[in-house]
Amino acid sequence: MYTAIVFLPLAGFLIAGIFGRQMGPRPAEVITTTFLMISALLSWVAFAQVGLGSAPASASVLANWFTSGTMKIDWALRIDTLTVVMLVVINTVSALVHLYSFGYMHEDPHRQRFFAYLSLFTFAMLMLVTADNLVQMFFGWEGVGLASYLLIGFWYEKPSANAAAIKAFVVNRVGDFGFALGIFMLFALTGSVSLDHIFAAAPGLAQKTVHVFGMDVNAMTIICLLLFMGAMGKSAQFLLHTWLPDAMEGPTPVSALIHAATMVTAGVFMVSRLSPLFETSPDALNIVIIVGATTAFFAATVGLVQNDIKRVIAYSTCSQLGYMFVACGAGAYNLAIFHLFTHAFFKALLFLGAGSVIHAMHHEQDMRRMGGLAKHIPITFWMMTIGTFALTGLPLTSGFYSKDAIIEAAFVAHRPAALYAFVMVVIAAALTSFYSWRLVFMTFFGKERWAEDAHDAHGHDDHTHVAAGDHATTAHGHHKLEPHESPNVMLVPLYVLAVGALFAGLLFKDYFIGDQMAGFWKQSLFFGKDNKVLEEMHHVPAFVALVATYAMLVGLVVAVWFYIFSPDTPRKLAEQHRPLYLFFQNKWYFDELYDLIFVRPAFWLGRLFWKGGDGRIIDGLGPNGISARIDDLAGRVVKLQTGYIYHYAFAMMIGLAAIITWFMLGGVH
Amino acid sequence: MEIGLTHYLIVAAILFTTGVAGIIINHKNIIVILMSVEIILLAVNINMVAFSVYLGDLTGQVFSLLILTVAAAEAAIGLAILVAYFRNRGSIDVDDINTMKG
Repeated sequence: MYTAIVFLPLAGFLIAGIFGRQMGPRPAEVITTTFLMISALLSWVAFAQVGLGSAPASASVLANWFTSGTMKIDWALRIDTLTVVMLVVINTVSALVHLYSFGYMHEDPHRQRFFAYLSLFTFAMLMLVTADNLVQMFFGWEGVGLASYLLIGFWYEKPSANAAAIKAFVVNRVGDFGFALGIFMLFALTGSVSLDHIFAAAPGLAQKTVHVFGMDVNAMTIICLLLFMGAMGKSAQFLLHTWLPDAMEGPTPVSALIHAATMVTAGVFMVSRLSPLFETSPDALNIVIIVGATTAFFAATVGLVQNDIKRVIAYSTCSQLGYMFVACGAGAYNLAIFHLFTHAFFKALLFLGAGSVIHAMHHEQDMRRMGGLAKHIPITFWMMTIGTFALTGLPLTSGFYSKDAIIEAAFVAHRPAALYAFVMVVIAAALTSFYSWRLVFMTFFGKERWAEDAHDAHGHDDHTHVAAGDHATTAHGHHKLEPHESPNVMLVPLYVLAVGALFAGLLFKDYFIGDQMAGFWKQSLFFGKDNKVLEEMHHVPAFVALVATYAMLVGLVVAVWFYIFSPDTPRKLAEQHRPLYLFFQNKWYFDELYDLIFVRPAFWLGRLFWKGGDGRIIDGLGPNGISARIDDLAGRVVKLQTGYIYHYAFAMMIGLAAIITWFMLGGVH
Repeated sequence: MEIGLTHYLIVAAILFTTGVAGIIINHKNIIVILMSVEIILLAVNINMVAFSVYLGDLTGQVFSLLILTVAAAEAAIGLAILVAYFRNRGSIDVDDINTMKG
């Protein structure tokens, strides 16, 4: 069964990818989606057996991948509770996104390719979460990176999409470099990359020091930080987050699947999976909690002022990933996975809802050109509202359980930076509520701003992708824009996700973080013997338990005030605090900073090597130089050939005379 | 004054030099070049005959007769080529004949 779960998406990818051109888009869509549906159903069965039931955890070896010296790498499926949770998340969201793409991509001529990539992504992600050794995990890790690259750049006619795809790939390389170094170092110290071996060896290495750059440092801290660097890249954490907002250039279903629900959570999964390693290094966990808290706060501030509907949600994703890392850093890995689980539902819901809005608006993404849509697309409106409730943590929705628990965990965590993390996540909770409601109010309430400037809606922005432009002109012409509700094939996934967003927290909280915890997780997560975060969480002061809800209400009230009752206030505020507004608007100037520090020197160096090294030195002195000298010489020789007979005769005569003279004077001796 | 071998050789040398000079210096007409070639041949013939008489060996004179015949044929061919060339190019100026230029 597990083999089927993992390899059905691969089969879908191969069929749709290889034969897609022959069989056309519809069969490719149906095949990949059917396979994914089966896979998703089986995942829930596995979840019920392994997680809720008592089926034992297993690690079945499928085949040997390679053996080199003492390093033996197998393809294996490690099935335990952590894995089945991820299986459920990945396959459910993926199946729904496949279904949703029927509607969303219906006008795209390359649908087979799109569905093939989606299935490829799902397969790579499944390989990642079922890995029994770090090398297979790295395989999946790179596979999802590849699929993400292909899907961000799916509309390859758009230069911005290509640039975003390259950016995502390059920024991820930075993180992957750290991840790879971490694996190397683990292998060097333990002689194995198999998870069981590493976990067994980890406690013994806790006090070991290594000599790095003239300093003696704790080996496990270094390893954990290197591994965490990989997680930072994949999960778009502070400093390596810049690719995630740009990745919104891809089609919206991709954003929902890859850049909200699954791939970006791979880092959280990895840290949780390697919890036996991280538990040995409190220093590394302190860094994790700082980075997570900073990301949560930073991304929330940027989300406040973005106007692109998808970018707001993207920063929200970034921020929520920060929450998950705060939970990891606090030592509450099950909380992190629980938030990952609930977040997948409501964030995919928000993204697919945003996709539905964009679809209704004919690929308009700027919220300043929306407004008053609630009565035009009521179903989408309600779905988005449910997603926002869950994200902001309205009591009894799923976000309420997971996010509030993380805030409590941050409060009781025994890390030097715990207080900082607590303050940051509380502020971020208020900001989250504000920007989420801002999104809803700007999109669905107020004046119908699209009506007044619809005449230039198609010409003005470079976001509109090519197919959409065609669609808009052929189907609707340039006359008045009329928002329309999405077809059922797009709404059904929204219903399913909405149910998850509302009830996943309530249903599963006992298993993930409550009384049934020990029986549910079994041995898949590791808690050190000093790690009492989960117990202490239940004894936090009352204000801590309530602060998240208060923060949510503050954000909501401010958003209502700003965007319903007094729509002028935000503008005035932005004018009063212009530097701060610009600072947030420009995402803390990270893109500019990186451009200055890395991109431009890299370009400069590249140009130096290209023009100077390759052009001048190698080509100048090498092949091109030699051929140029020969050319010069030949040019001069050619000038001797005047074409005049008397010149030739004269030369002959001189030559003859010279030869005869030579013979007469000395040649005969 | 006794006319000896030296005088013949001097005449031949003068003729030869004239011929060579004719080829090299002449920039005008290709017929002049043909004539210069003939002059060079004649200079060689004079040498042959002179040496033949001087050495008392008839071979040189026989050869000179052969050379005269060949020279006549060659002149005929040369002129024929010239005529054909003139028809094609409309000019037999030496300065115009430079298609062998590199």
